[in-house]
Amino acid sequence: MRSRTVQGTVAIAATASLALAACGGAGGPQSGGSSKLTDDKVVIGLLNDQSGVYKDLSGPNSKVAIEMAIEDYKAKYGDKAVAKDIEVVTADHQNKADIANSKAQEMYDRQKADIILDVPNSAAALAVATQAKNKKKLYINIGAGTTALTGASCNKYTFHWAYNTGVLARGTAGTITKAGGKKWNIVYPDYAFGQDMNKSFTKEITAAGGTVGQSIASPFPSDNFATFITKAGEGDPDVIGSMHAGGDLINFVKQFNQSSLKGKVQLAVGLMFITDIHSLGVDQFAGTQFTDAWYWNFDAQNKKWADRFKEKTNTRPSFAHAANYSAAMNYLEAVQEAGTDNADAVVGKLEGKKINDVFLRNGEVRKADHAVTHDVYLAKVKSSAPEEWDYEDIEKTIPAAEAYGEANPACSMS
Amino acid sequence: MSEFIQYTLQGLAAGGFYALSALGLAVIFGVLGVVNFSHGACYMLGAVLSAVLLAELNVGFWAALVIVPILMFGFGVLMERLLVRWLLELDPLYNFLLTFGLTLVIVEAVKQRYGVSGLPYQVPAGLGGQVTVGSVNLSVYAIFACLFSVVVCVAVGLLLTKTRIGMIVRAATESPDRTRALGINVGLWVTPVFGFGIALAGLAGVLAAPTRAITAEMGSNFIIILFAVVVIGGLGSILGAVVAGFLVGLVEAYGIAYAPTYAQIVIFVLMAIVVLVRPSGLFGREEVA
Repeated sequence: MRSRTVQGTVAIAATASLALAACGGAGGPQSGGSSKLTDDKVVIGLLNDQSGVYKDLSGPNSKVAIEMAIEDYKAKYGDKAVAKDIEVVTADHQNKADIANSKAQEMYDRQKADIILDVPNSAAALAVATQAKNKKKLYINIGAGTTALTGASCNKYTFHWAYNTGVLARGTAGTITKAGGKKWNIVYPDYAFGQDMNKSFTKEITAAGGTVGQSIASPFPSDNFATFITKAGEGDPDVIGSMHAGGDLINFVKQFNQSSLKGKVQLAVGLMFITDIHSLGVDQFAGTQFTDAWYWNFDAQNKKWADRFKEKTNTRPSFAHAANYSAAMNYLEAVQEAGTDNADAVVGKLEGKKINDVFLRNGEVRKADHAVTHDVYLAKVKSSAPEEWDYEDIEKTIPAAEAYGEANPACSMS
Repeated sequence: MSEFIQYTLQGLAAGGFYALSALGLAVIFGVLGVVNFSHGACYMLGAVLSAVLLAELNVGFWAALVIVPILMFGFGVLMERLLVRWLLELDPLYNFLLTFGLTLVIVEAVKQRYGVSGLPYQVPAGLGGQVTVGSVNLSVYAIFACLFSVVVCVAVGLLLTKTRIGMIVRAATESPDRTRALGINVGLWVTPVFGFGIALAGLAGVLAAPTRAITAEMGSNFIIILFAVVVIGGLGSILGAVVAGFLVGLVEAYGIAYAPTYAQIVIFVLMAIVVLVRPSGLFGREEVA
């Protein structure tokens, strides 16, 4: 009975959206008057983790970043702006795919969101991609790492802006192996993300001429890694790769630092964010290498933006904050160019676009799979922080082509 | 062989810590009959308090080992006076639910105040580095944490079995009416015992701070292992908690060494076997229905 009601609602919503789309397609005026915008305004939905492990990485401060983009857009176009009324709506997906799914539906249908941004957590990210495809509305993912977004689950309305697990593997594993760290042992958390990371790292290490002695799965979550570290030290590796994230990563590094391997074996981390360094303390991570999509103190342009962000939030931006800004700004630019917020028209303007902004360097919205390719960075954690949040030395810029490789063959847009 | 010794030592080191962490849970259950689900949250509070004391008042690890349990004792007393005591007469499930709810409140409050990505804490000076004998090595801090835990467990055991205070407390819980008849104010003893159990959780938190991620969620998974420890040892038995703590530490270490994917499952397999063979746990008293 209940599913029937839901089906009914979906049917009504689908019919309504078809009718609206037809209306827009005919170029007829919208109900609101002369505006070319649906509902007379642009609504940007920010769907991310507002209370859990990724709150500090992205969370509520990404709304501030999006508002900065809106401010800049309005300042740039003034009276000529196509989108005069821009609204930001937010929701907390609590890192759960089912909640992300229903919130995305609510945003697209009831809150009239024209685009959804961010959505960390791979399972949640993929759920929203399906919604975007069904509703024919835009979706730019920033926080999630899964390559499926630009692979098997890719679609016309979904873009992946910041990084993916393939980029991390090519950046960290490829670079370290080529620099002489040939013998690796890997410890990874035993769930989808960890298994994925283990596979991509092993592939890149082997491709770069290295070997992986052992890949050890650890239960997730876990807080006692001492024995895992001992095991990972067997066979005299040059590098131990930890594929853990968040609290597990901090546990791993703390216990690695207390082991006899500290100083003898290099520690490489698959997925690390500046917020992790902040919470553990810079000296604990000192010397650890990882791939970062963006760093606030990399150059004057980034620093200037980071200063503006700090005025509003009293903290420094993570890559996710900068990427949310960049995605929102480029979306609005595309709306401006298209003269409408019609999703198909905006997608047309975004595809193939080459972008250089505060977040994207040598950026390109790749048409084939909608990966937004750009230069990424091999970072090394400083041994002490000159100021709060100043934790990384950028050792090497990894060019976009090297970091992203070829377009994902698993993706077919249709 | 040296690998086996290495894993055994690591298992024992982890076990000592599990024993201390489970001790407060055992004390509170043994004396009050309350299954304190908020033990994990109190353990987390202990770690968070040490990090906050260090960051804001520059109070170091050694002072935190004393100050944090005292603060947590106060917290436990408040908890017992304001909430737990009103449900003691009812089915134990009520206090289980109460402490479960409290856990949610405490965890969310810490998230609101200190964020989610964790707080920094270092190994105290003098306890860094490793001890190496042949090809076997252990971190100095792990050895310290294990020995410290054993000393505290033994002290608590002696306190409850060999002193007058311990005798009163045990009498008050085994037979409250008869103890009252002897002129002892039973109600007076319940509160400090609860506070003491909470203080032990806080103490375990301080001990965890240098070696584990200090986040609001750090107790949420840990409490599950602690429940396994007290169930294996026998609910309420202090000796049981200690023996089971070491047992779980060893089983986990061997699991990681020889079947890493199943490292955590083996703990619960052990628990299932114990419950099947000896429902009251290794050292638990048979319940008289």
